[in-house]
Amino acid sequence: MSTTLDMAQLDLRAVNTSLQAAAKAQANDEFVIENPRGSHAMACGLDGAIRVTVNGSTGYYCAGMNQEAEITVTGSAGPGVAENMMSGIVTIEGDASQYAGATGHGGLLNIKGNASSRCGISMKGIDIVVHGNIGHMSAFMAQKGNLVVLGDAGDALGDSLYEACLFVRGEVKSLGADCIEKEMRPEHIELLTDLLARAGADAQPQEFKRYGSARRLYNFNIDHAGEY
Amino acid sequence: MENTPNTLPRQSWTFSNDTNSEIRRAADTGIYDIRGGGAKRRVPHFDDLLFLGASMSRYPLEGYREKCTTSVTLGTRFAKKPIELDIPITIAGMSFGSLSGPAKEALGRGATMAGTSTTTGDGGMTEEERGHSEKLVYQYLPSRYGMNPDDLRRADAIEVVVGQGAKPGGGGMLLGQKITERVAGMRCLPEGIDQRSACRHPDWTGPDDLEIKILELREITNWEKPIYVKIGGARPYYDTALAVKAGADVVVLDGMQGGTAATQDVFIEHVGQPTLACIRPAVQALQDLGMHREVQLVVSGGIRTGADVAKALALGADAVSIGTAALVALGDNDPKWEAEYQKLGSTTGAYDDWHEGRDPAGITTQDADLMARLDPTEAGRRLRNYLNVLTLECQTLARACGKSHVHNLEPEDLCALTMEAAAMAQVPLAGTNWYPGKPGF
Repeated sequence: MSTTLDMAQLDLRAVNTSLQAAAKAQANDEFVIENPRGSHAMACGLDGAIRVTVNGSTGYYCAGMNQEAEITVTGSAGPGVAENMMSGIVTIEGDASQYAGATGHGGLLNIKGNASSRCGISMKGIDIVVHGNIGHMSAFMAQKGNLVVLGDAGDALGDSLYEACLFVRGEVKSLGADCIEKEMRPEHIELLTDLLARAGADAQPQEFKRYGSARRLYNFNIDHAGEY
Repeated sequence: MENTPNTLPRQSWTFSNDTNSEIRRAADTGIYDIRGGGAKRRVPHFDDLLFLGASMSRYPLEGYREKCTTSVTLGTRFAKKPIELDIPITIAGMSFGSLSGPAKEALGRGATMAGTSTTTGDGGMTEEERGHSEKLVYQYLPSRYGMNPDDLRRADAIEVVVGQGAKPGGGGMLLGQKITERVAGMRCLPEGIDQRSACRHPDWTGPDDLEIKILELREITNWEKPIYVKIGGARPYYDTALAVKAGADVVVLDGMQGGTAATQDVFIEHVGQPTLACIRPAVQALQDLGMHREVQLVVSGGIRTGADVAKALALGADAVSIGTAALVALGDNDPKWEAEYQKLGSTTGAYDDWHEGRDPAGITTQDADLMARLDPTEAGRRLRNYLNVLTLECQTLARACGKSHVHNLEPEDLCALTMEAAAMAQVPLAGTNWYPGKPGF
């Protein structure tokens, strides 16, 4: 059963209260949000397997800290979409602003358009697939998880990277400190095949290059100070 | 020539033995000195203030007989469930990873017995801490290590950390030797590598963004939890005003004597302002906005005694927070470990290599053998005792000033011993009715 919540009639607290209650009840319900009007903190803190479709664009932190819920934004998303997501699936049909998927621990963030700067900053296990391009400083200090980019990447990709895996099909303007291109081994092809399939992306894994950490900055060494 | 008197060898003030030893250390290693703790230099502090006490114009309250209450409520502005504390002294955020599990448990035990709160720190919330802390503040830090919505919901308050007194504008580094399997797992990083804590948040910049971030945190937690904003003592007037603008329920203001687990010595000693200098500007900001007592102010950085507590409250704080003093109460820098401190090239009272994980007292370590030295029950009892003493001392001073609640202490109850302290605290220099900068002079 689908329930429509119209933000022309309801305020943010009322909408989030309804969504959070349904998620907590594990009701497996379906919701449609109309007239989101770029509201911030939309559908954040959901903790259960419900499906939410936001018809329009959202402001900051849509789907923040999501657990299990499946959230789709038919427009574009403002900064910090799906920040610190733990699990579930968040799909953005349009573009995403800065910090998409920041510090995310798990789940899939699927951005059908482009993502701005610092996409996947400090990611901690989330999978992010961007069908378009990503901006500068993406995957900065990324710890764990996978960032897949079908388009190009901006400056300083993967700066100060830890153990996250980065896959880029297009051009990389520059790599950040301690980020290097790495060999695509069979296990990476397998991983990428699965991620592309889950995201419904029209691309072949063999078209991508893999980037990861050179691990030279893992323990402070004065001889590497110039690389920071 | 033999009878010619010699002048005594004269040490340079500029190139003191301490300074020269640091030059030699830098020349040997090529790296700056990293250490724990707060500023060690002498700065104007609460010791430079005195209470005037009652006199002909005001009468004192009877010790042990007349009530002088100490309770404080934090988070009355927006939160549905403000925190009620029995005493105006809280335990500051200190990370699991920097501190051992037993140390976090001891902090929780001691704080709970004393009727106050403790605070998590970088690295997330541990069961030891949540299980033994009746009231637990969950820090929301730039690194977001261990951050998850389940812990957010089971916290009693949320503290968004913008800055820290020991290093306003700086991040942190937990060295690899303290990154055990458990610590690494909580932080989603490999074991044994240095773990950088970022200096700014990954998904917001500036007070306008912070306002939206706070909205998100409130929406996730049903507007129940008080939201604190912690700032380092850099620009206390504007930082406090902007924290209020961003929607804080509580502002935590940490001066430069506030400790850290590990940062460059040059940062600790040369960035930020003394705690004493920070309080009045912060209070002024709250007063200018009509928010004094509506948004509570918690002051930290060098609080050691009940006199420090009382003076901070008299200057306008609602509560104080202690970190280093709490560790000392647990057993940090205890003389019984002197032989071991010496083996580490230090001595009792000066040991500050908390980041190396070799703490003889078993507090700032993840080494199983060292950790076992700290009995969390006994250490918790010691902390409870210490908190009780701070409270009793604070009450004693408040009664002497005729106050039936410690919050009734006011700047008018104080004088200053030095020009610097008078200027910073904006209370008269002892024996005068003047302080530097006072209008009308």
